[in-house]
Amino acid sequence: MAELYRRFGGGLATVFVGLVFLWLAGMVLAPNVMMIDYALRPNLPPAQVGGPDDVYSLDNILYLAKEGVHRAIFFKTVWASAFVAFATFVVCYPLAYWLAQHATPGQLGIALLALTIPFWINEVLRTLAWYILLAFRGPLNAALLGIGIIDQPVRWYGNAGVLAGMVYAYILFMLFPIYNSIESLEKAQIEAARDLGASTWRIHWRVVMPHAKAGIATGCVFTFMLAAGSYVAPALLGAPGSRWFTEIIYNWFFEGGDWNRGAAYALVLLVLCLVVVLATLKLARVNLTDVAK
Amino acid sequence: MSYSVELHQVGMTFGATRAVDDVTFIVEGGEFFSILGPSGCGKTTILRMIAGFLQPTEGRILIGGRDMAGLGPNQRPTAMIFQSLALFPLMPVWENIAFGLEARGASKAERRRKADELLKLIALEGFGDRMPGELSGGQRQRVAIARALAVEPQVLLLDEPLSALDLKLRQHMRAELRALQKRTGVTFIYITHDQSEALAMSDRIAVMSAGVLQQVGAPRDLYDNPATPFVATFVGETNAISGKVMAVENGIASVETGLGVLRGRAGPGVSAGQGAKLYVRPEALVPGAGGDNTLSASIERIDFEGAFALAHGRFDDGAALIASIPSTDLSSAPEIGSRASFGFASSHAVVLPDG
Repeated sequence: MAELYRRFGGGLATVFVGLVFLWLAGMVLAPNVMMIDYALRPNLPPAQVGGPDDVYSLDNILYLAKEGVHRAIFFKTVWASAFVAFATFVVCYPLAYWLAQHATPGQLGIALLALTIPFWINEVLRTLAWYILLAFRGPLNAALLGIGIIDQPVRWYGNAGVLAGMVYAYILFMLFPIYNSIESLEKAQIEAARDLGASTWRIHWRVVMPHAKAGIATGCVFTFMLAAGSYVAPALLGAPGSRWFTEIIYNWFFEGGDWNRGAAYALVLLVLCLVVVLATLKLARVNLTDVAK
Repeated sequence: MSYSVELHQVGMTFGATRAVDDVTFIVEGGEFFSILGPSGCGKTTILRMIAGFLQPTEGRILIGGRDMAGLGPNQRPTAMIFQSLALFPLMPVWENIAFGLEARGASKAERRRKADELLKLIALEGFGDRMPGELSGGQRQRVAIARALAVEPQVLLLDEPLSALDLKLRQHMRAELRALQKRTGVTFIYITHDQSEALAMSDRIAVMSAGVLQQVGAPRDLYDNPATPFVATFVGETNAISGKVMAVENGIASVETGLGVLRGRAGPGVSAGQGAKLYVRPEALVPGAGGDNTLSASIERIDFEGAFALAHGRFDDGAALIASIPSTDLSSAPEIGSRASFGFASSHAVVLPDG
């Protein structure tokens, strides 16, 4: 702070600090405080807002604890998001390793372009593409039927569809952190491990992955948060059996008309994400500042 | 006896670049063998082919009499010490040393025991639980050697492992490497661009230039009997005087030069009528006229180096002169700016045809 004032002088530095404060207060703090406020108050007709019944309580949150179906969907969202993060990791790690250690500059450019171009398109439209691909009479089933792998079309919508849509949507968030961390690994270390007789699996487990730990943790945290808060993929590619917690929140706001309960549900999801992020970082012994990089 | 390493007509082409061309040499089992050459001469490529990181595009490599074609680095009886050492920074020292044993499925107790044994060998007892980042350069060096020796290789391949150390430590590590090699009896193949390092440590040296093997021989042999102009100028300092061979008699070639007729031992392939150079070492030049040959030059400067001084000057044909004068004889050294005569014996000079 003192450095800021020294470098830019009092006037400009005050403007900078003020803008940052305004941003934090207006865009981060205020909405969250409002959400907490909503979450802790009962849903009342407008006439009674501010009346004797409008008192703070944990009723909305406790409602989730008692409501069996919502609770089940909540926990399913948690582990399914973790699974999405894991599946995305499995898809991205080999690609990141190849890009970082083996690809020529030309190959790297082409691969990164190919990976990035789809992200110029809106997420809803990208998910819609999967909606078409995975349709019951869609191209995937037609192809699989054609090759003879299946003799009946498969209903992909549901868990499989949601998983595919999410893994695809979050690839870059996993790929880039891992790519960056593997890229800084000295090639001689991989060669030394190989020279000492280590199998490919051991080289990755003992040398590459420990080195890329911060990147892997970052990718997993990002992907988990995005998956837990995802709405488009479960809404488009899901089935009644694969409902996502965000859909329940949406319903409280826009169909149930109970913003307070919706805010309470959203608050629980937010707290969960925070806990998972901090626990993952603690487990991987990575600092929050490493993730920010 | 450790395994020998044989290269037969080995060649390596990367795209349009010919990195190694038709190289043949045999490293005896238990030998300290150096490959010496400037950077880009193909010496590292040769080492990586022996290690199995590269497969030669032509020729055969035999280790212990067995053809290594198609075998990867993990299937060969070799271990490599990398220029950067490539220690695993996130593993403690003992796990680094025992990594090869871990890869072979040894139990933890067995790995720890072997690591401690090797730590003793490299005089780093009690350092097992430190991280590589907590060690000094010389200590890391020794850990890298222990890690390579842990897998009990028949052949140890060293890729300029001393280049990152300061001079004093480097000289100390040279002696230590040499002693370690004698003690373990493992065949060492050592890559370096530092000729004094190669001369000091090796049983034999292969000199490479531009992918081509120039000469293989004992250090003394390379120094005294260089087979090519490259070896004559790269290994040690030398004076090169151009001329034309007049006659070769009893192994002594007479060369007509701009400084008169000079005589030296005829190198391989010297015959009368050829363009050739006469090479004479700085220490073979004795101030004052005398010996079989006499040269005169103007002295430009004298650099005092401690044990000796180097006189730099210019011959009448413009070529550079370098003569070394023992410090004990400095009183007889020529004056700067003066003309001085130097004599040398024909047996101390070599004549090689222009390549």
